[in-house]
Amino acid sequence: MTNKELVESLIYTKPEGLTSAVTHYCPGCTHGIAHRLLAEVIDEMGVREETIGIAPVGCAVFAYDYFNMDFAEAAHGRAPAMATGLKRVSPDKVVFTYQGDGDLASIGAGEILHAAGRGENITVIFINNAIYGMTGGQMAPTTLPGQRTTSTPLGRDVEMHGFPLRMCEILSQLDGAVYVVRRSLHNVANIRKAKKAIRQAFEVQRQGLGFSMVELLSSCPTNWGMSAAEALNWIEEHMLPAYPLGDYKVSPAISKHGGN
Amino acid sequence: MAKELLKGNVAFAEAAIRAGCEAYFGYPITPQTEALEHMSKRMPELGRVFLQAESEVAAINMVYGAASAGVRVMSSSSSPGVSLMMEGLSYIAGSEVPVVLVDIMRGGPGLGNIAPSQGDYNQIVKGGGHGDYRPIVLAPATVQELIDLTVEAFDLAEKYRCVVIVLADGSLGQMMEPAELPPMQVVRPVDKRPDWALTGAKGRDPNVITSIYIDPAIEEVFNRKLMAKQAEIEVNEIRYREVLLDDAEIAVVAFGTAGRIVQSAVKAAREEGIRVGLLRPISLYPYPFERVHRLAEQVQAIMVVEMNGGQMVNDVRMAVEGLVPVSFYGRMGGMVPLPDEVLEEIRKVQASIDVAG
Ligand SMILES: Cc1ncc(C[n+]2csc(CCOP(=O)(O)OP(=O)(O)O)c2C)c(N)n1
Repeated sequence: MTNKELVESLIYTKPEGLTSAVTHYCPGCTHGIAHRLLAEVIDEMGVREETIGIAPVGCAVFAYDYFNMDFAEAAHGRAPAMATGLKRVSPDKVVFTYQGDGDLASIGAGEILHAAGRGENITVIFINNAIYGMTGGQMAPTTLPGQRTTSTPLGRDVEMHGFPLRMCEILSQLDGAVYVVRRSLHNVANIRKAKKAIRQAFEVQRQGLGFSMVELLSSCPTNWGMSAAEALNWIEEHMLPAYPLGDYKVSPAISKHGGN
Repeated sequence: MAKELLKGNVAFAEAAIRAGCEAYFGYPITPQTEALEHMSKRMPELGRVFLQAESEVAAINMVYGAASAGVRVMSSSSSPGVSLMMEGLSYIAGSEVPVVLVDIMRGGPGLGNIAPSQGDYNQIVKGGGHGDYRPIVLAPATVQELIDLTVEAFDLAEKYRCVVIVLADGSLGQMMEPAELPPMQVVRPVDKRPDWALTGAKGRDPNVITSIYIDPAIEEVFNRKLMAKQAEIEVNEIRYREVLLDDAEIAVVAFGTAGRIVQSAVKAAREEGIRVGLLRPISLYPYPFERVHRLAEQVQAIMVVEMNGGQMVNDVRMAVEGLVPVSFYGRMGGMVPLPDEVLEEIRKVQASIDVAG
């Protein structure tokens, strides 16, 4: 093959925003897709060298090994507070957190609520996989009623464990939240929509409009006890009805600046 | 600069500003709140960051974030609030970013009360959060020392990339005394932030601020690095004050406000002919073990006075290694000992020496 042929047939390349490290994610897990979408957006916006990411405690704890940019690793649930401190002293930087549902909706519920309430000019990528992945599949605040986990072996009984939290719905009530949307990673069409939303969220931050969050419905085949394909179906059949996709908050200021 | 009448809490906040503190994150709690209020007014005036956090948990993690960006940053609180910060302090220690915290201690445990106490000694001096780390701990006894040590805290935190805690009690936060503030230092320019800081990976490899070392062998290497740093701190940063120890037969060891009270008692005891002196540790970590040990070789008895149930006394006993008797006098619950009470205790120690002798 000549060089020319090689270039012309190149249809897939690693974004500059990702390192070449092999991730530790399980086969079929959608964390990898979320990482790639984020890196693509950061590349396309040309902001890699001014972006600072904050990793959670959860399966994405090593995100800093996979993203090719400055990164911090926060305490469990505290990423929005850490991001607040960083952003306040570096307002010209792009600051995002990447958090699981245990991290964001359980132990860090206070931090995310107040970051959104303050209208903190940060972007949050929220991975909702309805379970605690890293610790081996216990109940998350987003676990569905009846869903079996290692700490709800008979299924989540709402009489005993209460009901799932819907974070987009909650946070969208806050005046400081500017862009709050839910997308899903269970098929190609939805992945493309997810990427658009991530781009929009970062644009919101670039324009200094306030708090933005993209919730991504994600799979955890290992802890759900399914194959990768079954897990994607499970998102569609069980998570979508409980967590409807959509734009929960799109502040009028966004359309003024021209959304995408 | 001339002396002014300054309230402790306002004094340390203003001292921090003059030391180039660029960001303050805190949550109201008595008897420390005037510091937060002072910051809320002054920091925006100077174009710096003030933010009232939703909790001390959030405040310390905001501090962690700002410190990761390489700026001078602090928080202040009082005992119950500092308890909430322990997780964050451990992470900060585990990722080696410089942070300054002022703890204006109050009565406890639990909600306790808002009166002066030294009940946080064990928590603060021995580490506090989980894992193997020690913050540098500095204990002032006057408003002037509170000012000076706050300024020094920023330098030490940056020198060793560690947590520095100024440990004072409620009376010091609340009292007004003539004191002199330091000159205003220039804030570090954005382009002069340290090379390890998170500033965006422009033209360099990415920087990472983390406290996770998943491989035990590598974690141990990091632990050893922290231990080596602590060993260096133990050589370089011991601070204490001595009063009338040269010919003393009795040494009283007391820090902070207790030390100040003991000083009055020591003077009164000297007037009665009792040969007593005071050792007032200023750095509680690193602790002046060596000096206390040498004292034990000189005197016949050592007494420790604290505003708690007996915490630092264990460090004194460790240093004394059984060479002389070590007695303890403490008040708790927010009660501050009076010089007369301490004098009476000194007399008792003298009497026990006379009996033994
Ligand atoms: C203070 C604290 N409590 C508990 C843990 C243990 N822990 C680690 S990750 C995790 C849950 C993570 O779940 P989630 O946020 O949903 O992310 P996922 O792993 O599913 O991506 C827990 C409970 C911890 N590291 N720190």
